[in-house]
Parts: sequence; C-alpha cells; structure tokens
Amino acid sequence: MLSEINYLLFVVVLAVSFVASAVYLVFFFSQREKLRTIARMILIGSGGLQSLYILSRYFIAGHTPITSQHEAVTFFAWSVTWAYLSFRWRYTVKNFGTFVSLMVVILLLLAATVSREFSPLAPALQSLWLPVHAGVAVIAYGFLALAFIGGIMYLLQERELKSKRFGFFFSRLPSLDALDQLNSHCLTAGFVFLTLGIITGSVWARQAWGTYWQWDPKETWSLITWFLYAAQIHQRFTAGWRGKRAAVMAIVGFSSVIFTLWGVTYLLGGVHSYAQ
Amino acid sequence: MPNETILLLGVNHKSTPLEIREKLALSSGYEEPLQALKRIEGIREYYLLSTCNRVEIMVTARDETRVVEELSRFLFGDALTPEQYKKYLYCYRNEEAIHHLFLVATSLDSMIVGEAQILGQLKEAYRWAAEQKCTGPVLNKLLHKAFSVAKRVRSETCIGSSAVSISYAAIELAKKIFGSLDNKRVLLIGAGEMAELAAEHLVGNGAREVVVANRTLERALSLAKRFNGRAVGLDELFDQLEQVDIIVSSTGAPNIILHKDEVKPLMRNRLNKPLFFIDIAVPRDLDPALNDLDNVYLYDIDDLNNVVELNKAERDKEAVKAKRIVDEEALKFKDWLAGLAITPTISALREKGNQVCAMELERTLPRLSNLSEKERKSVEKMAAAIVSRLLHDPVIFLKSESCKDQSELKVDLFRSVFGLEKKE
Repeated sequence: MLSEINYLLFVVVLAVSFVASAVYLVFFFSQREKLRTIARMILIGSGGLQSLYILSRYFIAGHTPITSQHEAVTFFAWSVTWAYLSFRWRYTVKNFGTFVSLMVVILLLLAATVSREFSPLAPALQSLWLPVHAGVAVIAYGFLALAFIGGIMYLLQERELKSKRFGFFFSRLPSLDALDQLNSHCLTAGFVFLTLGIITGSVWARQAWGTYWQWDPKETWSLITWFLYAAQIHQRFTAGWRGKRAAVMAIVGFSSVIFTLWGVTYLLGGVHSYAQ
Repeated sequence: MPNETILLLGVNHKSTPLEIREKLALSSGYEEPLQALKRIEGIREYYLLSTCNRVEIMVTARDETRVVEELSRFLFGDALTPEQYKKYLYCYRNEEAIHHLFLVATSLDSMIVGEAQILGQLKEAYRWAAEQKCTGPVLNKLLHKAFSVAKRVRSETCIGSSAVSISYAAIELAKKIFGSLDNKRVLLIGAGEMAELAAEHLVGNGAREVVVANRTLERALSLAKRFNGRAVGLDELFDQLEQVDIIVSSTGAPNIILHKDEVKPLMRNRLNKPLFFIDIAVPRDLDPALNDLDNVYLYDIDDLNNVVELNKAERDKEAVKAKRIVDEEALKFKDWLAGLAITPTISALREKGNQVCAMELERTLPRLSNLSEKERKSVEKMAAAIVSRLLHDPVIFLKSESCKDQSELKVDLFRSVFGLEKKE
C-alpha cells in the first residue's frame, strides 16, 4: 500500500516537473512575464514534491534513499532544482529557469526508466556517513549542473554575438557577463561541496574499510573531476580564465561528473556501484 | 460638460520644420504658458506638452471656433501670420484628439517609434498642469488612460525592445556583453562627431570614464572636457587598451591602425576581461580579425547597420500591433465620454420620476385614512416600482450602443420627450 502511494507520488513529481518545463518553454518562446511567474511556482511545487518523494522513500526503506540508480538520479534532480531555487532567491539570470527545468525533467525521465524497487542496504553502507557523504556529493553535482547549463547558454549567446547574426536566442538569453558570473558562483559552490564530498567519503572509507583511499574507480574518477574543477578555479582567479574557455571547461567538468555518476557504475564497477 | 469639445492643437516634427518649432513661444518651461492659457476664455480644462519634437495643447472648451483661433494665436505668437501657420498646425476634435494623444503616449507618433522618453515627458507635462489645477475630470481621466495605454503597449508588444539607430544598437550589444555599462570605461580613438555622439550615449547609459586618444591633442582635450574625461596621445593607445572596456574608433586614417597581433598579448594582462570594439570609421580602423580573439567583440559600421535594419523590420511589425491597441483603447474612452454625456440626463430623469411619485403619494395617502402602517408602506413601494419600471426601458435605450454615436441629438430629443428642463 505504502509503496503504491510512493509509486504514484513519483508519477506526480514527473508530471508536475513536466508541466513546469512546458510552461517555461512557452514563456521562452512568447516572453510573457506572467507565464514565468506561473512556471516558477510550478517548479517550486515540483521541488516540494521531490522532497516529499525522497522523504517517503526514506521512511519506507529506513535509510537514506540514495543507494539505487533510481534514487541517486532522483536525488540529483532534487539537488538541481533546489540549487537553482536557492540561487534564484538571491539573484536572477534571465531565462535560466527554462534550461534548468528541462534538465530536471530529463533527469526525472532517466530515473523513471530504471527499476524503482527498494533494495536492502549492504552492511558496509549502514552508517550515518551515508546521508552525509552522498548528500554532500549530490548537492555538489547540483551546482555543477547549473554551471554546465550556464556554460551551454554562454556558448549559444557568444555564437550569436561573434557571428553577428542575431537569431532566436539573442534577445532571450542574458548577457555574457551574467552567464560568466553564474559560472563563477556555481563553480565555487559546487567545488566546495565536491571537496567536502571527497573528504567525508575518505573519512568514512577509513571507518568502513580501514583505509582512506583505495583507488576504487568511483574514487579515481571523483578525483579526476575534482582536479578538473580545481584547475578551472585556479586558472580563473590567477590567469583570468573566463568567458568561452570557462564555459567549455564547465561542460567538460560536468561530463566527468556524469561519467562518475553513470559510466563508472556500468563500465568499471567497484564498491560504489548501485545495488542492482 | 456635454456641450464641450475636446480639442488638441499642435505642431510636431512631421508637420513642422525645426526653424518654425524654434520660434514657438513656449520654450521657457511650463509655468508661464499654463498661466497664459488660464486667461483664454471659454476653456475649462487644459494641459500643455512641449518637447523638442512637438508642442501640443489639449483643452476642453465650448466655443470651438473662437478657442481654436485664440489657441493658435497663443501657440505662434507674433512669429507667423495665420496664413503661414495654417499649413503647420494640426487640430483634432474629440475622438481624433483622444486617438492622437494615445499615439503620442505610446511613441507611435515619435521620430523614433518605440522610444521611451516621450512617456516621461508626457507625465512631466501632466504633473505641471495638475499642480496648477488646470486639468479637470475629463483630462485627468484621459491622461491617466494615456499612461496606462502606453504601459499596455509596452508590455504586450516588443515595440520598445529593439534599437533602431546605430548608437542604440551599439548600446544594446554592449549590454549583451557587459550586462550593464555601469563603471565601464570608454576609449575614443579619433575625436569626430560620430565618436562624440556614441560617447554621449554610452555615458548616458552609465559608462564611468571617457578617454580620448586623438592625433591632435587639442581636439582630444576639448572633447574629453565635455565628458569630464582624460585626453591621451595616440602613442599611449596600448596602455589604455589594458584599462578600458569599450573602444569607439573613428579616425580618418587610410589604413588599419590596430591589428589582431597587437591586441592578443594585451588580453593576458587584462585577465581576459572582454573588450568591445566599435569601428565606425570608413575606411575601417580596426583589423576585422580582432573578432576572432576570445573575449574580443568587434563591430564595424556595416554590422551595426545590419542590427538596425533587422530591428526596424521587427519593430514595424510590433507597431501594427500597438496601433491596434491604441484604436481599441480610443474607442473605449469614447464610450466612457459618451456615458459621461448622458449621466446628467439619466439622473434628471430619475429625479423627475421620484418627484412625480412623491407628489402623487402626498395627494393620495391622506385620503386613505384607514390604512395600517404596513399597507401604507406597500402603496408607497408600489408607486416607486411603477415609476422605476416605466423608466427602465428609456434608460436602457439611452445607454445603448445606438445612442452613443449621435448622443447629442438623441439626448436633446429625449429630454423634450420627458419634459426635462433644457440642459445648460
């Protein structure tokens, strides 16, 4: 019974996010301010429902629901949504919401394609470190996803400005400066959480397996990702890596995140693989 | 009110050349002319708009022909004879006047359609008139309506969103690169008129500092002074390029003065902060290949013209939409005005009905001595109901569509039919 409600809740989450994204898209084409307000409200609703869904899974499973593929991706979508909303609360980037809502829908659709079964928790994972480590890592992914979206928007807008042919995106996308600042903010926030994620993971590994670092594929790829972002941040503040290069790097870094999240599990295996 | 006409008299950039507009006696603020208007007899409400492209007076008045004459004399003073000014002056009545006002407010009548300045000027003009108590119920309502129509046009069409002159196009592009121009530094290479105009726009949009580099330092100095900026020699160009954000080049040099290879090493020192080059010189001053550098954007005069052309086409489409909104709102206002014209008639009719009712009750009730209090109330109610039932259809007729177009004639007839006193 409870799991049926849970199943239904996911469908509702998916539907609401889809509607938010659709309204955002209509706004993007028509540029009617009223629609944006509506879309934002729906997205906030979707964020709330996502939280509710994750909570419900927590109560049914009895542990933080981040151990299966489905749960990890849902958590990812949740963190993108709330990273955006927390960001939006402080300042606006024109039409950013449209792209973010699309990303959320895509993530939730991916989550819908994999098994939603509850699986028992492996003994090694039964620890308070699970929500801390995995939670921090997923929040990092949320911000890095925003940097990625900002990077794509930057490249689109830069192409219009360089080619001097002003098409569909020119008036709809924000200024290059706004996108570059977005990149800087999200990268910094994401990097801090990513670092915390790796440190907490390492401390936990020491407790669970007796060693801080064991070159598990996921650990290795997290480190590669970390270095990619560390280099970006270093270069940004010393050599002024900004604009197009920063945008490209945000996309490259995020590809590494995606590979760490999925590629490693399917291609390389290791102790971080999700329960099948 | 019913007998009054809304009149709008004026001249604008379309009808009247600048030499004539300059001669109009209204260049000295609003206070004096408004005082002068007060002395013209027969106008009840009035307001005056004076910008560099137009001078318009709007009044409500009864004696139309005479007022028009006096207002024209007021506008042109002794500068022109009536024969001379007749071909410049336009004069609109009622619906046409309302329509024209809305066109002005929405900037559809402006030199640059879609500009936002006119609405501010209109509000300013209205503020003066309202402060001096020159406006009344009709003009108050009409001007507020004009503001809201302008707002509606802004929000429902994209008429104001695109730049339709080269300077505006440059600003638009700069804003897409830098977000805002606040605290941005501008370098002018060459101190010509075009550079001056561009700098004026950039400063008007928030740019902080203007540096002028010119072959002759003297000219550079005088231009720099205008913007509280600095003048430098052409040999200091590269040092300056590390500091500034926007460069407007307009020298008369026959060859390219700045090459890609010269700018490339500068970007490192700038920590890759974006540079926006605007080359308005013909022949060109700047190497077209500059645009290939990361974080460098180069637009020459043709590129800017393309932006303008693109925007113009877009804006013309939006202007059609805006025009439709203006037509619609002008019609609505006309209806409101017509409603205003019949209001006194309707209340006079109701008044008369009540009087008849009261009179008849007064005559009848004393004779029905054995009525209880309750029965007496019923009789009173019945009398009132008969009157209001009887008046219902005539009032509906008066308010109906068919009455609005020729209300004056119908209202007069209506009044004689019901024996209402002639309206004053």
